[in-house]
This record gives sequence, C-alpha cells and structure tokens, in this order.
Amino acid sequence: MIEQSTTKPSNEAFFWLLFSAGGVVAAILIPIQLFLFGLAFPLGWLPQPSYEHLMTLVRSPLVRLYLFVMCALPLFHCAHRFRFTLYDGLQVKHLNEVIFAFCYGGALLGTVLAGYLLWRI
Amino acid sequence: MTETITDQAARTEFHPRWYRERVSTWWWLGEWHYLKFILRELSSISVAWFVGLTLFQLRALSHGPETYARFTDRLQSPVMLALNAIAFCFVLFHAITWFNLAPRAMPVRMGGKRVPEFLVAAPNYALWIVVSAFVGWLLLRTP
Repeated sequence: MIEQSTTKPSNEAFFWLLFSAGGVVAAILIPIQLFLFGLAFPLGWLPQPSYEHLMTLVRSPLVRLYLFVMCALPLFHCAHRFRFTLYDGLQVKHLNEVIFAFCYGGALLGTVLAGYLLWRI
Repeated sequence: MTETITDQAARTEFHPRWYRERVSTWWWLGEWHYLKFILRELSSISVAWFVGLTLFQLRALSHGPETYARFTDRLQSPVMLALNAIAFCFVLFHAITWFNLAPRAMPVRMGGKRVPEFLVAAPNYALWIVVSAFVGWLLLRTP
C-alpha cells in the first residue's frame, strides 16, 4: 500500500537512521577489510592469515558481533542509497513499492544470512 | 522537451499533478557535481558487493580449510582482483565524502564562531586510521 502522504507521519526517519549508521560503519570498517582481503592478501603484498588464525578470531563473540554489524548496517545503508539512485537517477518513481521491497528485502535477507553464518561457524 | 505529464490518468500518491518539465534520464552526466553525486550513490553497490564477499568468506570458513583455500584462490583471479580494485576505489570515495559531510550535517560552534570544517572532520579521519590499524594488526599478528 502507499505508505506516504504529505500530512501523515512516515517511517522515513527510521530508514534514514539506518542509512546514516550504516554509512559510518561502511566508511570506517570496509576500506581496510576490502583492501586486505580483496587486494593485499591475494596479490601477496601482505602474508595471508592462516585458516586457524581466522577461525580463532571468528569464534570470539566480539569479532562475531563486529562482523555482524559490519554486514548488517551497511546493507541497510546500501538499500537506502540504491533506492534513491533508482528514484532520482533513473526516475523510476512509478515502481516505488517494488524497489522498496527489493532493496530492504535484500538487506534483510543479507542480515539474516550473516546472523545464521556467524551463529553456525 | 517541454510537455506536461498527462500520460497517467489514474491518481497516485503524487497528485495533484503540477506542471513539471521532464528531465532526461541522463541528467547527471552533464556536470561534474551531479556526476559526483551519482557516483557516490553508486558506491552503495560496492558496499553490497563487499558484504556479499564477506558472507561467502564466512561460508567458506565454516566449511573447512580446503573450501577456504579454494575461496582465497578464487580471489586471486584477475577478474576478482579487478572487481575488488574498483570496489575499493568506490568504498574509499564513500568514506572520504562521508567524513567530509559530517561538519556540514552538524556544524560545530565555539564561542559564537563556526569551527573550520577540517577540524570537525579530523576526528573522523583519526578514528578511521586507528580502527584500520587495529583491524590490520588483529589479522596480521602471528598468534
């Protein structure tokens, strides 16, 4: 259903909060992680951490929390940004609900998946 | 290209329908400021890419050393390296624009004067460096 009009209160503020929290997390944590795992280790600039070392790290509750936050919040950040890229960039406002469901549904799915993987590991 | 939007007769949330000039879909290509805005928005795809990669990494880790070795091998392929290099540029772009945005979103005043923007943004960069160094140390130290 259409959830917004100019007079009714909307839940846009909530999504905006998720967006900005995710933006901070993405800005601070992702560059170093992507640099190390995506470039420095595969290219041999730095020694690859061993499987055992990574497992000991991942098994600690704090690292799990860290990884969960690093996955979940930036996903909602993306969902928000991508939604407005589609709205403004490509001007596909008539697909409002589809885009909304696709973006936040994807973010939610990723969050659940991250939680599941970190729980099981 | 001046035409009123009259193609949709059904009333939507956007009514009443004002007269609006139609903007080209490629409005952001003409000017550097607009292009920068769209590039910043597109950085979200790189962030999503990274999270996806992390999820695959976690899955590989949970499947054991052989699966994880296969995962790291795959990251060494030229395609993955190229994609990660592009994603890294976008993520850096996001980080820098985000840190520089903070003083605009929250202007700090001291003694009636506005604190210079770079001073407000500086703690962000400091935190960024400290956190990055810590993550690097955690991963690289020999247990």
